[in-house]
Amino acid sequence: MGFFNRIVSETQIRLGQRLWLYIVAILILIFLVAPSFIVVPMSFSGSQYLEFPPTNWSTRWYLHYFNSSEWMAATWTSVKVAVMTIFVATPIGTMAAYGMLNSSTKITRLLFVVMISPIMIPLILVAIGVFYFYVKVKMVNSILGLVLAHSLIAMPLVLIIVMSALNNYDMNQEKVARSLGATRLQAFFQITLPQIRFSIISSALIAFLTSFDEVIIALFISGGPNSTITRSMFLSLRDQIDPTIASISTILIVISSGLLIAAQTFGKRKDSD
Amino acid sequence: MTALVGNQINVKSLRQQERKEKLVMMGLTIPYLLVVILLIVIPIGWLFGTSFVGPDGSFTFKHYIRLVESKAYYRIFVTTFEISVFTTLICILIGYPLTYFISQLPRRAANLCMIAVLIPFWTSLLVRTYAWLVLLQRKGLLNNFGIESGLFSEPLPLMHNQTGTLIGMVHIMLPFLILPLYANMRAIDADYLKAASSMGANQLRAFWTIFFPLSVPGLLAGSLIVFVICLGFYVTPAVLGGGKVIMVSMKIQSNIELFFSWGAASALGVVLLALTIIILYIASKFVSLDQMSSRG
Repeated sequence: MGFFNRIVSETQIRLGQRLWLYIVAILILIFLVAPSFIVVPMSFSGSQYLEFPPTNWSTRWYLHYFNSSEWMAATWTSVKVAVMTIFVATPIGTMAAYGMLNSSTKITRLLFVVMISPIMIPLILVAIGVFYFYVKVKMVNSILGLVLAHSLIAMPLVLIIVMSALNNYDMNQEKVARSLGATRLQAFFQITLPQIRFSIISSALIAFLTSFDEVIIALFISGGPNSTITRSMFLSLRDQIDPTIASISTILIVISSGLLIAAQTFGKRKDSD
Repeated sequence: MTALVGNQINVKSLRQQERKEKLVMMGLTIPYLLVVILLIVIPIGWLFGTSFVGPDGSFTFKHYIRLVESKAYYRIFVTTFEISVFTTLICILIGYPLTYFISQLPRRAANLCMIAVLIPFWTSLLVRTYAWLVLLQRKGLLNNFGIESGLFSEPLPLMHNQTGTLIGMVHIMLPFLILPLYANMRAIDADYLKAASSMGANQLRAFWTIFFPLSVPGLLAGSLIVFVICLGFYVTPAVLGGGKVIMVSMKIQSNIELFFSWGAASALGVVLLALTIIILYIASKFVSLDQMSSRG
């Protein structure tokens, strides 16, 4: 059995001795990915019931989704809110990241903890807190309210991504530009921004995804004509299962993997090139 | 003499300018902080206050006393802890060997495996919960497979109970354990292991005396992160538990949406928050905070 005597680690462990680990690892990897893929064939089932594998195929659940005015309205709300979240969270997060890195005083460490608190605190608490605040200021069920709340949890991600890009960037380049007569603003927009733009684009895509996928906050503060798609999906999953969910899930998988591949490619492109 | 004085003035004005600029830079964080203050600091502060106010508006510990005395709340805390502890343990049990396996692979194969870890991490929580609903139901894939292969004769109750909740939670939490652990394991120098085996340690001994202790910080960080996210988790237990598994987050939600009882909800919230902060504080000793971002 020459195959099993192959050496698979730097400490001369043979494949035969490690076989159990390979099998266990592959099983766990299947456990991890299978659920994300099982949804796709489900969505083309012709049946009313949840059966896997489906016995007959059709696109009826996609038709049902595209013909349902409620699902379409919910989708539209989600897309609108997610796009607006990009334009609130990305500039605010980028500004804060730039400010933090250029004012390294003792309180920035504490400020950082406060700033990432929205993603450290359990989301259910953020949700009821925001809900309470919106009840007081009459912003429940409003688009603006959703955008602000989603920006709240997207901003820390933007902050982290842009801060790490700026950490790898040589801020002295701005000093050079300014010593040659550029203002700080000009130096930022003409020298720094072009060099960290890929990280900013990548953080914008992640902001979109964060908003688009968010369930719990939307459960509390959105409703009526401004329900998000995730809210409708959650209620449908909890109360009665509509096979339309499978087609929506497939669409969500396509959207999020597309965005992530985009975010990854933008993030990986060496920003300093 | 005059030149020196001129120089000093120059230094002084430059210092002033530098200080002013730093203030402007701090000012750039104001919009961000404003949003956090409005939507986090004020509401959480208010929740804290509300948890001490009775229905007649007076100061009281009654909401907290009820948390301790009521059987129903006791049950909820036990359930939450059980689910969180079991999820964390199962994640360690299956996450550690997998991460060890990936960390020993050549770079390219390892990156490929890490994509498999990241796919569920980035698939919408609802989509994954839905997938488990399909897999675990009475006539689902797992039960059909078990019956056809003769493993069991009756469909097992895998859903709308603690088992289903655990399976779904483990699936969602696993990447949170793997990511910090993988970073840690990758950083372990293989030369230590080579040295151990060249001095006569067998593989098992080399693993347990060298590799494992070096991987403990990553394991601890990952486990604490998983545990803390579990404590406040909502979506998966609400769907896969089918109303039979009630965790703290679900009680907070029903207290507010069904009973409008903010006092009880906020007392629960304060306890949840306190636990979260304590555990995150411990975890921050092992891993930097920005690696711990949680979703769900």
